[in-house]
Amino acid sequence: MANVYAVTLQALAYLGLMAVIAYLSASPAYNYASSDVAAIKLSLSHPADRVKPCVRLTPEQIAELAPNMRLAEQCERERLPLTVRLEIDGKLLAQIEALPSGLWNDGPASVYERFEVEPGRHAITAKLRQSARPDGWDFTHAEDVTLEAGRYLTITFRAEAGGFRFR
Amino acid sequence: MSGAARDDRPVAFIKRALYKLFGKAERVFEYAFGQRCNPFTWLGSFGWFFYWITAATGIYLYIFFDTGIVDAYASVEYMTNEQWYAAGVMRSLHRYASDALVIVVVLHLLREFAMDRLRGKHFFAWLTGVPLLAFIYICGISGYWLVWDKLAQYIAVATSEWLDALPLFAEPIANNFLDSTTLGGRFFTLMVLIHIFAPLFMLLLMWVHVQRHSNARVNPPRSLAIGTLVAMVALSLFYPAVSQGPADLDVVPATVNLDWFYLAGYPLLDVVPGGQLWLYLIGGFAMLAVLPWLPPEAKTPEAMVNLANCNGCSRCFDDCPFSALTMVPRSDGKPYELEPVVDPNNCTSCGVCAGSCPTSTPFRRAKPIEPGIELPHRTIGALREQIMAPWAPPNGSPRVLVFSCDHSNCERLSGDDIRVVQLPCVGMLPPSFVDFALARNFADGVMIAGCAENDCFHRLGNEWTAQRMQRQRDPRLRQRVPEERLQMAWLPALAGRRREAIVAAFRKQLKGSSDG
Repeated sequence: MANVYAVTLQALAYLGLMAVIAYLSASPAYNYASSDVAAIKLSLSHPADRVKPCVRLTPEQIAELAPNMRLAEQCERERLPLTVRLEIDGKLLAQIEALPSGLWNDGPASVYERFEVEPGRHAITAKLRQSARPDGWDFTHAEDVTLEAGRYLTITFRAEAGGFRFR
Repeated sequence: MSGAARDDRPVAFIKRALYKLFGKAERVFEYAFGQRCNPFTWLGSFGWFFYWITAATGIYLYIFFDTGIVDAYASVEYMTNEQWYAAGVMRSLHRYASDALVIVVVLHLLREFAMDRLRGKHFFAWLTGVPLLAFIYICGISGYWLVWDKLAQYIAVATSEWLDALPLFAEPIANNFLDSTTLGGRFFTLMVLIHIFAPLFMLLLMWVHVQRHSNARVNPPRSLAIGTLVAMVALSLFYPAVSQGPADLDVVPATVNLDWFYLAGYPLLDVVPGGQLWLYLIGGFAMLAVLPWLPPEAKTPEAMVNLANCNGCSRCFDDCPFSALTMVPRSDGKPYELEPVVDPNNCTSCGVCAGSCPTSTPFRRAKPIEPGIELPHRTIGALREQIMAPWAPPNGSPRVLVFSCDHSNCERLSGDDIRVVQLPCVGMLPPSFVDFALARNFADGVMIAGCAENDCFHRLGNEWTAQRMQRQRDPRLRQRVPEERLQMAWLPALAGRRREAIVAAFRKQLKGSSDG
């Protein structure tokens, strides 16, 4: 009789293992985001202006440099922080100041953010300041966009392609 | 866990609580599977078992898997639906075995902690096990990525966002998963490579993990292995693993069915900043890594070789459970080929070597008794003195001499007719001591009480002892020792009243044989 109990317990142990694995390998479901809202992804990586502008060297100054160091301009490495502002229907959604990357603060500054917004037609404006100017923006892009629930609007930036791009 | 004064520090408190919890759970499993096949004593071996299942099924899946990001999902769907009877089952087995791997590894970690098998010289296996944990997760998470379904999309975005919290990357990695137009195959190919090479590196670490264990048990008993494999295959057939719809980076993966064994930490990313979560994770791993020294174990003297009495027979080398002995060419000019050398970094002072030495015999005429190898603080000579002390129970009942290890809690046994001799491990007991105690009338019966089968604190002490007493391993118990006067009891530390019951039955048996 003890043997029957033991075998039953063994079966229960195997079934228990199967049940735990079966359940936890795919449930409970996790609600990552509400399916009723739309989402905006803002992602850019861009080098802001240098803290000090480059200095143009005279031919004499260039001649004084070692042959392998002769450049027409001398630039300090450090760059300014980048400021990015996102407005939706005239209201501020986010204003982000991104520091330059690199040990010497000489790399591009990066921004990556996700926002949940109400679906529907919206006037979205993206602005970027890369210079030391106290006010105003170096790049601005405004667009009326229809945001669908459960879908992303991606905002990227490439200076050489003209600035912001909404997708 | 026995003998020491109660330690109320948090680590010790948690250890005690877990110890009791495991003790209770294991009693049920011991009843169901028997002591030898109690799954709790094979958790490490099951880790290897599930690793091999995952590796074998992974190799099979790779044959049909398309490593391009565009076609990966379609190839997995083909395996799941068109070839459900083979690749589909393999896919499910791959997932479920990797989930089971997490279960047994976490239990293994908790159990070794509860049993205090991590401090002192045991630290090596613990410390090498910590990075293994990280590798298990790298393998698992990168695997989910490859299916490139909604879950993979969620993992890809969440992982890259989390990695971006580290100040390591000039551009956000998450840019690779911005939308369907930016999606490139390069990062995906990297994940494929990680999913292939991380398990290989993990295997190397698993090998390192058992390096200080001689006769490492890397396979569970056949009956358990078959039972588990059948259960896994049945689960794969009746509840196959499926994908969650193709990934679409333009669509928010609102609801995902997480594999909580691997992805339980991901929802935290929505409430805790990524950088903070990195700190918690690194802190958690650092905490695990320093646990063997919380608090540090008191140092015990290592085994000592006495070359004058050693003939280089290598039995100590064969029996050492922690690979602490090596045999090197003889250095003292005696006409023997080899001599043992103790590695103090590996020696756990278990005394199993002294128990294996043919010169560890109380019958020797030379005084003091100095075997070829022994523990300097628990000598064979002192052991002899202990059992020779005068002893006469007042009620005339049979005298039971109990040789007990430090981990089997036998110091609780009491009575005028019981004498308990504590050893660091029962493996330290040379069989000649049983013969000596009975032949010289220092006891009417001898009981050897060690840890449960396959669960010896010093790994192999109880196994070697059982084989020596059953005359299957050198040094063997002499044939003249009557079997009815020797009792072996392999008991889990939380054996409750079972020790007393075994002693009572043995006492009755001894009384019966003396009356007869």
